[in-house]
Amino acid sequence: MNIVAQVAAWFANPANWTGSTGVPTRILEHLGYSALALLVAVVIALPIGTLVGHTGRGGFLIVGFANGLRSMPDLGLLTLLVLLVGLGLFPVIVALCVLAIPPLLAGTYAGVSNVDRSVVDAARGVGMREREVLLDVELPNALPLVLSGLRAATLQVVATTAIAAYVGKGGLGRYLIDGQSQHDYAQMAAGAVLIAILALIVEGVLAVVQRLVVSPGLQAADTRVRPPSEPNNEPPTEAAVDKPAPKMAGVN
Amino acid sequence: MIWGWIPRNGGLILSLLGQHLVLSFVPVVIGLVLAVPLGWLANRSRAARAVLIPTAGVLYTVPSLVLFIVLPGILGTKILDPINVVVALAIYTVALLVRSVADALAAVPGMVVAAATAMGFRPTRRFVSVEFPLAVPVLIAGLRVATVSNISLVSVGALVGIGGLGQLFTQGFQNNFPTEIVTGVVLSLVIALLADALLLGLGRLVTPWHRIGTGAGKPA
Repeated sequence: MNIVAQVAAWFANPANWTGSTGVPTRILEHLGYSALALLVAVVIALPIGTLVGHTGRGGFLIVGFANGLRSMPDLGLLTLLVLLVGLGLFPVIVALCVLAIPPLLAGTYAGVSNVDRSVVDAARGVGMREREVLLDVELPNALPLVLSGLRAATLQVVATTAIAAYVGKGGLGRYLIDGQSQHDYAQMAAGAVLIAILALIVEGVLAVVQRLVVSPGLQAADTRVRPPSEPNNEPPTEAAVDKPAPKMAGVN
Repeated sequence: MIWGWIPRNGGLILSLLGQHLVLSFVPVVIGLVLAVPLGWLANRSRAARAVLIPTAGVLYTVPSLVLFIVLPGILGTKILDPINVVVALAIYTVALLVRSVADALAAVPGMVVAAATAMGFRPTRRFVSVEFPLAVPVLIAGLRVATVSNISLVSVGALVGIGGLGQLFTQGFQNNFPTEIVTGVVLSLVIALLADALLLGLGRLVTPWHRIGTGAGKPA
């Protein structure tokens, strides 16, 4: 029997869909750890990123810190924490947070600090208090980049929550770890496929959420992160991107 | 920390470090070689863009650990074959860089391209000596992200038995020996930071006009 047929047989087996080791339970565990880790990461990263972006002070520290965290190997951090503080949910959540914080922090900071200064000045000019400027002007304008950061963080966390199974927790990673110890490749492959599907669904849902909550005025232009060096003074039309010649008309 | 363990196991650590470097850099090179023509294509033709960019997005969404496990089934390799990790991370790198290359080429000012055409550059030479060099800074930014994340992803491969320094994590965990894990974490961080710094330096080196350009042309 080839591998595809073996994996299909695994999915067709009703025993794999019920009880405490069934697919629905494992998916809920997986999403539960991911959501908890993301919640903690948001609570930490959002205020710091907003504050630094708003005041404009310490930006290079944020970028350096986020890049440093990004290179931290999660499996190493997780195994080390388990040896130091023992088995449990805490090491898993910390390891996943370390993964989620850099994109959230970078997205929030970049979003808030890139809000058009003239918009912020105008908000102050019409008499908004500093708190109103931050909550009613800067954060809504920063939302596309904040949500891009959240999407990147969610994607990585959902993918990496599989390592929780290595230190005895549940989630879809169980199929990978158990399949390997039982030399059951079909189970491993089925677990891998489930993780991939879950990641794609979560990404799709977040893309829709982003479209729904971001102000329509901000969606005319592409919402992806632009490098700061990229000139942004041309009309964002498809024609300008595809045909270089008309752009010369704008040069006086 | 039991410091004595490190020199006693120098041979093991060095060979895992070597494996880690190979497993993280070979995919970057393969990914770069594939991504430049694909990115060029995505920038040239709207149809190619409509296929390549979403495909890259989906491939980027598939977790690397999933690829480590599924690839043996697709490629017919053994699960312990390092080829799986190299192919998985190369796919990841291409997915990331195709978009960088396409965006970078799209950001090359039309005036510059028009000037090069007017000076008699044929499309191939214009790409090699004008458009590509101007795309390098964005490309380097993409390469830095790809390299640093590859270095961190390789160690996840230890869960399926091939993971360079990641094997220090799984072994240290099974032997209840934190020193081994700390050694792996520190080495992994060091090579990630060094690789990042090297790419940053390389980017500066191959775009000298950026350094000169900032000072020139300003009123004294």
